[in-house]
Amino acid sequence: MLFQPAIIALLLAAGLAVLMLLLATPFALQVIRRWDMSSGSEFQLMLERRTYLFSTLVSFVLVVQLGALLLFVFNADRLAAMFVGAMCAVGALNVNEWGFPALIAQMIVFFLAAAWLAINHVDTQARDYPLVRIKYGLLIVLLPFLAASLWLQFRYFSGLKANVITSCCGSMFSTEAESIAGDLSALPPLPAIWLFYTTMVLTTLLALWHWRRHGAISGGLLALLSAAGFIVAMTGVLSFVSLYIYEHPHHHCPFCILKPEYDYRGYALYLPLFAATAAGLGAGAIQTFARVASLRAIVPRVSARLAALTAAGFLLFTVVATGFVLASNLILIEH
Amino acid sequence: MSPWLEKQRHLIDFTLASLARRKTRNLGLLVVYTLLVFVLASLTLYSNALRSEAKYVLAGSPEVILQRMVAGRHDLIPPGYLEKIGRIRGVQKKEGRLWGYYYDPVLKANYTFMARPASEVADGSIMVGEALARERGLARNNTISFRSYSGKLFSFEVAAVLSPDSELLSADLVLLSEGDFRRFFEYPDGHYTDIALSVANPQEVRNVAAKLTATLPDSRPILREEVQRTYQSVFDWREGILLTVLAGAILAFAILAWEKASGLSAEEKREIGILKAIGWETGDVIRMKIWEGLLISLTAFLGGFLAAYVHVFHFGAAVFTPVLKGWSVLYPKFALVPAVDGLQVATLFFFTVFPYTAAILVPIWRAAITDPDAVMR
Repeated sequence: MLFQPAIIALLLAAGLAVLMLLLATPFALQVIRRWDMSSGSEFQLMLERRTYLFSTLVSFVLVVQLGALLLFVFNADRLAAMFVGAMCAVGALNVNEWGFPALIAQMIVFFLAAAWLAINHVDTQARDYPLVRIKYGLLIVLLPFLAASLWLQFRYFSGLKANVITSCCGSMFSTEAESIAGDLSALPPLPAIWLFYTTMVLTTLLALWHWRRHGAISGGLLALLSAAGFIVAMTGVLSFVSLYIYEHPHHHCPFCILKPEYDYRGYALYLPLFAATAAGLGAGAIQTFARVASLRAIVPRVSARLAALTAAGFLLFTVVATGFVLASNLILIEH
Repeated sequence: MSPWLEKQRHLIDFTLASLARRKTRNLGLLVVYTLLVFVLASLTLYSNALRSEAKYVLAGSPEVILQRMVAGRHDLIPPGYLEKIGRIRGVQKKEGRLWGYYYDPVLKANYTFMARPASEVADGSIMVGEALARERGLARNNTISFRSYSGKLFSFEVAAVLSPDSELLSADLVLLSEGDFRRFFEYPDGHYTDIALSVANPQEVRNVAAKLTATLPDSRPILREEVQRTYQSVFDWREGILLTVLAGAILAFAILAWEKASGLSAEEKREIGILKAIGWETGDVIRMKIWEGLLISLTAFLGGFLAAYVHVFHFGAAVFTPVLKGWSVLYPKFALVPAVDGLQVATLFFFTVFPYTAAILVPIWRAAITDPDAVMR
């Protein structure tokens, strides 16, 4: 176990999140079973008051989880200096078998937390708490994910031993590697560029359409396309954007671009991408409740705002990526 | 301006006015909070500066140092050993080094004696480090005598005092010619202390080390990157230990924040009651209180961090030096190069703002759900 401030902070954040959700679970069960808006009983009044507390607590914890993803990646990148053979975050995450699962779990928690926060936001806008049961039901669903994330992080950090020789990104994201990452990296640049730009343009256009027209179908589609856009964007980074940034035809690593040697350019790519995807998923998540009477006016408004955020995020991501490609000295495709 | 922003602006406006109305109470909390950030920020800034200093210093050291081992102990390099290494691809330069320690009973301190080629230091003269010169009151052209381990007295003329810029490395250093070194320590001819190799390509270093151990099984190669990693871990570990010690302080602060936030004065309660009576919702009161917490947090964080920056980089972090720096009789004086690291700031922000916010949430809620009639009666 490495005794590092950032690691202590991450474990503390994940631990507190699980603890708070655990504390909220009995209350959530009460709400699901006995919530009755029409009743004026003492118990109902107590429930209504407590929802404020638990909504605030859970929102706080989930917002912290959004930040924790950034800290996790930042920290993994920094840890690389401690391990033999590690050049960037990939090496640090590969030190034991829990590293990448922990990262993926943190990413899943990130997107789920964003969706929950969107639903919570919509619910607090309405007068009659229309989604309170669903919201607290989802909290109970969220708990195992957070607990798994905490467990994976704990296994990962406690298993970090500085004498382990790990493998660097050169071997993992090479085109010969037999893995998903390897397959994605092996995509030839020209089709990858086509796929990348088509998807980005489609997603941005759909987000703009939903922003102006806000229909339930386009909202649902937006969530799907945001998720697809996220995967395609990552593929694009793996297969050609990173090559242009490194100015090297065989270096596909999506983590080295976070390093100071490359002016932290990865953050300029990933921050808008993650924000856009989270907003797109959030817009889709609240569409389910567009028919609820008290939300009829609220859902389109909020989802339009989220769609605008999605459009802006994907557009920014594409512009930044294109800028890196154009500014690069690498010639990947001859014309 | 969008209505949402407008609303937040008014909330902040109101919050600031209400904070100003209870100056002394809030100032007390702010001072304690700032102090906590100051202590933690000094700690992280200082250990980070030490880390980067170590990295910077080690950047100039040879990539591989080869020591010979006899029965698991460090031994002299015998004649012919250098030639045995032969030509290894990737090694630009290899040289035998001569150095040793000398205990000076006057200062009760150990000096590092190191031989340099005759072109740099003539026979009979030495160059000394700045800290040593300061402690022994030496200047250029002074003469100094050392009694060697064999009991003989040797006199040297100080040819130069090494530049204070290199003090971190040269505080206790004495440079002398190879002939003087061998005579002073009665070092056997043709023997060396260790061998330094420079390797141009950092990715070749491990291969070079593997080849060295294959040709010379009784040797131990020490890699620069390993030394760097060890320093990293040592400073990380010291920082983590201090942080654990200070965890008590963070906890105490969280309790204080809880106390302050839950101990609402009658006046404050009435204020919230009136706000609710004129149409504020519970959510609005919570939002106002969260703004209050945020404003206090950010002010304290900024103030504490700036104070820590000044403390560490202008006053040499007087508070933490003994724990983090280590100590020695001839300790080098050095100014830290200002370095702020994003990860450190993020972690620090987390360690201070997170407990504070977590501690005030429940009291905020308690205050926000008060019924207007209960407090205005």
